Amino acid sequence: MKKNNWIRKTTVAALTVACLATSLTGCGNKKEDGTITFTNVSYDPTREFYAAYNEMFTAHYKEETGNDIELVQSHGGSGSQARSVIEGNDADVVTLALAHDVTAIENAGLIDAGWLDEFDRNSSPYTSTIVFLVHSGNEKGIQDWQDLTKEGVEIITPDPKSSGGACWNFLAAWYYAKMQFNGDEAKMKEFVAKIYDNVLVMDSGARGATTTFVENGQGDVLIAWENEALLTLKEYPGEYELVTPSVSILAEPSVAIVDENADKNGTQEIAKDYLEFLYTPEAQRLAGEHYYRPSDEAILNEFADTFDLTVNMCTIDDFGGWDQAYEDFFADDAIFDEIYGN
Amino acid sequence: MKKKSIIPGFGLSMGITVAMLSLIILIPLASVLAYSFRLSWGEFIDLITRPNVVQAFATSIGCALIAAVLNCIFGVILAWVLVRYDFPGKRLMDGMIELPFALPTAVAGITLTKMYSDSGFLGRLLESMGIKAAYSKTGIVIAMIFIGIPFVVRAIQPVLEKLPDTYEEAAAMLGASRFTTFWKVVFPEIRPALLTGFGLALARGIGEYGSVIYISGNSEKNGTQVVSYIIMQKLNSGNVDYEGAAAIALVLLIISFLMLFLINIIQHIASRRTNA
Repeated sequence: MKKNNWIRKTTVAALTVACLATSLTGCGNKKEDGTITFTNVSYDPTREFYAAYNEMFTAHYKEETGNDIELVQSHGGSGSQARSVIEGNDADVVTLALAHDVTAIENAGLIDAGWLDEFDRNSSPYTSTIVFLVHSGNEKGIQDWQDLTKEGVEIITPDPKSSGGACWNFLAAWYYAKMQFNGDEAKMKEFVAKIYDNVLVMDSGARGATTTFVENGQGDVLIAWENEALLTLKEYPGEYELVTPSVSILAEPSVAIVDENADKNGTQEIAKDYLEFLYTPEAQRLAGEHYYRPSDEAILNEFADTFDLTVNMCTIDDFGGWDQAYEDFFADDAIFDEIYGN
Repeated sequence: MKKKSIIPGFGLSMGITVAMLSLIILIPLASVLAYSFRLSWGEFIDLITRPNVVQAFATSIGCALIAAVLNCIFGVILAWVLVRYDFPGKRLMDGMIELPFALPTAVAGITLTKMYSDSGFLGRLLESMGIKAAYSKTGIVIAMIFIGIPFVVRAIQPVLEKLPDTYEEAAAMLGASRFTTFWKVVFPEIRPALLTGFGLALARGIGEYGSVIYISGNSEKNGTQVVSYIIMQKLNSGNVDYEGAAAIALVLLIISFLMLFLINIIQHIASRRTNA
């Protein structure tokens, strides 16, 4: 009898707590009066751009429809942002660093297949490339990838195994080696291995690497996204120089509607509008002002003073697309593991 | 038959306890186990014996051990000063001990890195003595000392406070030297608490992420990748690898559990001896 009593009491208590817990988590989804909340999950360096763009879009939306819209931004490492969407972050659209991260969300069933062609130019409204940032004066005389293999050059670049942005860095170096050695893979590996031998600090993300180089004064050269490098130049005038290598890679950040969430939230149309608006001349100019290369040729040319438009750029297609590139280079025991490490 | 406890509310409080433990600890940990079971035994072994994983375990455990030992030494001194002496600013200093708990670990990590890198104030000092602090294992140990120190101090403090002066007076009257008094009289009293603090600091150090990743430099070549970094690598990369991450986490969990278990056994044996 007593024992039964104990079990009953315990069960009742446990159920009470469980109910309480579920009811607490249940009250997060309420929408306010008429104002639509809309979430854009993006990656780290776009923070400033989207803050400005959202202001522009809010005004545009009010003009078009007369309704208010509340735009929510979320930023972090591209890979972990993608994961958070897969795990249930209620994003209406994603604007991530590489197509591979969007594909991961597609594979989880949240984005419809064919997203890459849903918007113009591979769903990349703006692009960037990989450049070098060096200390003013460029004492080590760094002009091209070749110079990164010199003994005594200390390089800062993030870890391609944990940062999407860092994959672009690696692939750009690889492409240079490919041009240089006519595709002789042994020599290419040796070349890129030498570069990575010179890496002093390997941060987990692109912003972290910038901090290490700029704030903590580590290393001679930072391999960085062009937009990050230009932003640093602006924030620390006279302290750094930007070096554009002869060969680099066209980094195409991807945008997509998270169909599953947008359908559920009834924001499919707004999402389309939000991403299409990125291609309008005013938004393209805004991207340029935030040091992203506008994908619109004509507007890109307006920024010829900011960007070096003569770089010979490869694209991810030269590596057979992201899935292939990931498998070939960054998976466990792939080329990166082979040349780096013990 | 067990007698009914005279303190009321057992059913309710036990219910809450079980529910909280399950919701917050047991179910999430069980899901780690479940995820890692999706790997076959061969894959599991393959993964956890990869050179970078083994090296990360060595780094995490080695650095956490060193940090915990150093924390024990300085923790005892700190607690001793805070309990035994009166001086201006004592309350403030006492409060400062807990700052590492309150501060976001990433903030701590970035600040420590800035201070201890060779362009930083403390790092430059160490550099001139030939010690490279940030971006080396030394840096990892520094970060782990930072996050571990409160555990040791807070474990010892109450015990020292309750220890009556009479013990030491008696020892002194019987002719014990100051060292003997500490070693034979005071230390055995605080040893169980010290072991607890050691265990907590060690466990925290082994699993630490936020404060360590900035100062470590995460270089596989220099052996400065910690286990939690490897786990995040599996989760942050383009191919999210839950099973791999869970498998490494499981091993980490087992190692931490075994270490804490071992410490408990030592404590148990020690307390039996002193109470006998």
